[in-house]
Amino acid sequence: MEFLYYFGDVFTPINFALLMLGTIGGLILGATPGLSPTMAVALLIPFTFQLEAAQGLILLGAAYTSTVAGGAVSAILLKIPGAPANIATTLDGHTMAQKGEGAKALQLSFLSSAVGGVFGVMLLIFLTPVLAKWALAFGPSHLFWLAILGVTVIGTLDSRSVVKGLLSGCIGLWLSTIGFDDIMGAQRFIFHPSLGGGINIIAALIGLFAIPQVITMFAKGRRNDGAEVITVQKHSILDAMKELMRNKRAMGIGTITGSIIGLIPGVGGQIAGLVAYDQAKKFSPDRDKFGTGHPEGVIAAEAANNAMVGPSLVPLLTLSIPGSPTAAVLLGGLLIHGIFPGTDLFDNHPDVAWTFINSMLIGQILMCVFGLYVAGMAARVAQVPQSVMAAVVLGLAVFGSYSVQSSMGDVYVMAALGVMMYFLERFGFSAAPLVLGLILGPIAEANFIQGAMIARATDGLGPYFLVGPLNIFLIAVVILSVLYSAYMELRTRRYTSKEEIMA
Amino acid sequence: MTPNLPRLQNVIGSGIVAAVGLWVAYVSYTQQPSEAFLFPRLIATVFVVLALWTFGKACLGWTKVGNGISISQMANLTPGLIVTLIYIFWAAKGLGFYTATPIAFFILLSLYDPASHREVKSWLKRLFITACFVAVMYGLFAKLLKVYTPREIFF
Repeated sequence: MEFLYYFGDVFTPINFALLMLGTIGGLILGATPGLSPTMAVALLIPFTFQLEAAQGLILLGAAYTSTVAGGAVSAILLKIPGAPANIATTLDGHTMAQKGEGAKALQLSFLSSAVGGVFGVMLLIFLTPVLAKWALAFGPSHLFWLAILGVTVIGTLDSRSVVKGLLSGCIGLWLSTIGFDDIMGAQRFIFHPSLGGGINIIAALIGLFAIPQVITMFAKGRRNDGAEVITVQKHSILDAMKELMRNKRAMGIGTITGSIIGLIPGVGGQIAGLVAYDQAKKFSPDRDKFGTGHPEGVIAAEAANNAMVGPSLVPLLTLSIPGSPTAAVLLGGLLIHGIFPGTDLFDNHPDVAWTFINSMLIGQILMCVFGLYVAGMAARVAQVPQSVMAAVVLGLAVFGSYSVQSSMGDVYVMAALGVMMYFLERFGFSAAPLVLGLILGPIAEANFIQGAMIARATDGLGPYFLVGPLNIFLIAVVILSVLYSAYMELRTRRYTSKEEIMA
Repeated sequence: MTPNLPRLQNVIGSGIVAAVGLWVAYVSYTQQPSEAFLFPRLIATVFVVLALWTFGKACLGWTKVGNGISISQMANLTPGLIVTLIYIFWAAKGLGFYTATPIAFFILLSLYDPASHREVKSWLKRLFITACFVAVMYGLFAKLLKVYTPREIFF
């Protein structure tokens, strides 16, 4: 119950103001199509430099939570999911809005998001300290395999091609080695003066997530993409609460599914929303009504994508393995303040850890309250033309990456990585494993070198890294995640080929 | 292979990745002190295997993932990309952030705004949006965060 001790810290004027700012800003950013939660959080990182660690994390955590919920606004009112996590919400939410039940759909979406989100954060509160203590038993070889596990799990589960996902992870790991070697001081892969100090993680994150999005908007050309917003009629919030109580089953399915999926590293909110929607449909007596504007569809999907947020931070805060790409960006936000996840976080910075986690709990409630009021405004922001959005994101990316160390080198690295990522994405590579490789690379290398030194003094490299129950377990999980993803990829291809033949 | 996937583009793309992989492997295995390249060697080995596998598949036309870039997409993105690269790699430093940013912003807006280029009203609107954006950026970065950007010619 240590978290209760730090509960008051959330309500200091500056912390609470940041929480509200992150929540309202996140709701608006989340509703904007093309601005994913990951990109929104990455662009916000430069604004946290001058803040204390806990304050910076409060802002980023609030933005993470509310961008996922805010995505429902454009999903319901514009039929454009603000984030991939809101795809399932579109299925029934937009149909409800077309039937004149837009306000009800929005209210149900924010209420179910809050319930799912609070449950998810409670899981985070109770699971994290236990797992962090467990992480104490980890030696260098285990931490090395954990870092590799983080890259392979996201590389295989988050990509449409296992090989390209793993290759993206390798590129990220290689990029993390650029610069001066920590132990020998040797220069590695410094082919441009801007790379002398290595690749700055924040500049890289901004480039990898923001620039491809900007170029994607350019690629659409001069298209009038301003979607029509459906007018929202008034609806009583009490009636929405009663409706939610009547749909406890969908609420429960969404919350539990989202929480479980959030705990699995690499499986994002998009999958949580779709799986919960599918399960709610299977267990509902009104399954025929799904897709025709049925409240259960909205409730299950939104409860799931917000329930996923808290648990996705459990592997991050305990083992340094982010559960989602946005969690990977949050890891970058932790590292720039010199804070390392795991026992260090809970033993040496409990105020930071618990204030951050508690703020996420309060943030869920604020998100629900503000969401209901901000929805109308957020929908109007979602109509901002892509031309304006592209130019704004580009400007923010340039200023944001420069502000990291007041270095043009960081801006060049940001732009080069961003342009490279756009073209790599067009060929089936994805940014998430590359980012994970970049972030986890130094952790993997430090533990590999440390392990190699211990191994030389003991049994040798092979036995040290490959023998022992925990090593074998971690290696088995790495191999299983690769095999499972390869199997799923083959199955999807076979299914697609059959559909093509049938067509 | 999906019918809309340009095979040549995939061969070029995966070929570049494979070339980078081979260069990383070459440097990792030849540079001294070898101790400093222990971890890069480990990565480079896996990198090269996966990159050559991807390149081989692309050459044989077995690539299933990745749509490449269509000619119309390339035509659409090229002007914006050129403006972006000039802005980042030359203008931001050469002219100063607060001079280069409004110029780049206004050009990008004019290039991609669907509103008519013949109406004075739409040009005024673009100018207004540009001015608002630069004012917000100045307020956020120069005043709030105290970031001292290259000033050069004007600001």
